[in-house]
Amino acid sequence: MPIEEIVNSLRVSFGDPQAGAPPASAVPIVTSWRGTTRVVVPAEKSYDVLAALKQQHGFDMLVDITCVDYLNYPGARDRFGLVYLLAGTETGLRLTIRVFVNEPEPSVRSVVGLWEGANWLEREVWDMFGIRFQGHPDLRRILMPEEFTAFPLRKDYPLQGLGERHNFPVLTRGES
Amino acid sequence: MPLTLSELAADHAEEGMQPYLWTMNFGPQHPATHTTLRLVLKLDGERVAAAIPDIGYLHSGFEKIGESLDFNQYVTVTDRMNYISPMSNNVAWHMAVEKLLGIEITPRCSYIRTIICELMRISDHLLCLGAMGLDIGALTYFMYAFNARETIYDICEALCGARFTNSYTRVGGVMCDITPQVVQMIRDFLAEMLKVMDDLDRLLGRNRIFVDRLQGVGVLSKEEAINRSCSGPVARASGVVRDLRRDEPHLAYADFDFDVCCAREGDCLARYQVRMAEMAESMKILHQAVENIPAGPVNVGPDRRSILPPPGKVWTTIEGLISHFELVMPNRGMPVPCEEVYAAIEAPNGELGFYVVGDGSPRAYRARCRPPSFIHFALFPQLIRGHTLSDIVAVLGSLNIIAAELDR
Repeated sequence: MPIEEIVNSLRVSFGDPQAGAPPASAVPIVTSWRGTTRVVVPAEKSYDVLAALKQQHGFDMLVDITCVDYLNYPGARDRFGLVYLLAGTETGLRLTIRVFVNEPEPSVRSVVGLWEGANWLEREVWDMFGIRFQGHPDLRRILMPEEFTAFPLRKDYPLQGLGERHNFPVLTRGES
Repeated sequence: MPLTLSELAADHAEEGMQPYLWTMNFGPQHPATHTTLRLVLKLDGERVAAAIPDIGYLHSGFEKIGESLDFNQYVTVTDRMNYISPMSNNVAWHMAVEKLLGIEITPRCSYIRTIICELMRISDHLLCLGAMGLDIGALTYFMYAFNARETIYDICEALCGARFTNSYTRVGGVMCDITPQVVQMIRDFLAEMLKVMDDLDRLLGRNRIFVDRLQGVGVLSKEEAINRSCSGPVARASGVVRDLRRDEPHLAYADFDFDVCCAREGDCLARYQVRMAEMAESMKILHQAVENIPAGPVNVGPDRRSILPPPGKVWTTIEGLISHFELVMPNRGMPVPCEEVYAAIEAPNGELGFYVVGDGSPRAYRARCRPPSFIHFALFPQLIRGHTLSDIVAVLGSLNIIAAELDR
């Protein structure tokens, strides 16, 4: 099944039937650029759309989950954009699902139930951007130390840090 | 990253029921991790009851740095991700950037990039197999593998001047053209490599001790491999027939005749055999590529506004000076759309992709790397469960975990 048909069937299953708007602006919003089809899905429907893509349309592999912080991005309306890169190992198709979430308390439903590989990827997004994945079995920081309080890949976190390294407790020889 | 209180409490509760379990730290400084990663092991005698990976010791904020360096500067950072095959990372990064900018590289450039990618695949697999042999106790094997890697470093040095962190590619081209001398060095290397492959295979391929150590250890089923996002040799050893070189032909791979090497077993031995077979396929691709490098320009023309003009032009002509100036001034530079793209190559370790977001400035707004090591290391607790302590090095070696890429 070509990618257009998959996207159309997503529209039929998850679109808003009351809206009556032209298909381009209907939910989910579909764009295509440089050969990649991107579908924007509302956060509350993201799990259902991803589940349908996995179970009905052969997108059995989750290539990556990442996030972009759109603070001060030209023309952006939402703060965070989650990106799910899907691929079908049999079909050879690729699809990008984007989910926008906002402060305060940015959160989205975890997809660990669908793909076991999402476990560490979601932990990394939580670690770097502070987006909560509801239903994640083990949502801890993965790269940064546990006592770290900020989310370093957010755009309001400076490149040189907030002085965390300078405030490390110093252990003298006598104490150690 | 240390364990949380809740996890430690859970461990204590479990210990109440299983007081015979030992807790042991493996790493972060251990010769068999080769870099810095830590495993907290729960041992039942010599069997591993549970392994809790603890990573982040080498986290250096590469993705944050990517937001403050321009597209050509960041290539030096990609070298340091998987430093075993740095040019593959260079190619992956610039392929994503060129997709964002809409630049089509020249045929000569795509051949050169294919050649270096395949050289890097051989180099990466030699290290992976050599280190795996070393950890299991075959020191001679390691020496044979590293001797051949040395020749690849010599080729890199002749190609771009750097042996280890090459930073060879540029937006729209490469740093310098390939010379007939380098082509001859690659031909000689291929002839020498035939003997090395033969030696390696005869040393360990049917060695009873080696095979017994690997067979049936760390078995990954096909369904699990797909479900856990595996790619590259790890997935192919489990029977997932997915190779981006064949499925999504990038660079010049569509022109070459090669096979996708797969196995069904999914154990450490299958991963070893897939890597050995892939080296032979890489040599096949290299043979075809070095004899057929197209003539013509290696970089895209100056009208694409991405490649710096050669120094001679800058110093002697006004046009060269202007285009140099246009490219290096922070408010000029390359025309970047406000868009986002993902482009991936089949790196030695698996699918290596970059998700690049442009915001109109010559820097990436977001430079996400999809690191295969990170995804493969997440498998580890499941692969090692129930095996012995000495199998840890075999499984770690077969997954080829590069901590610099793992933590970025």
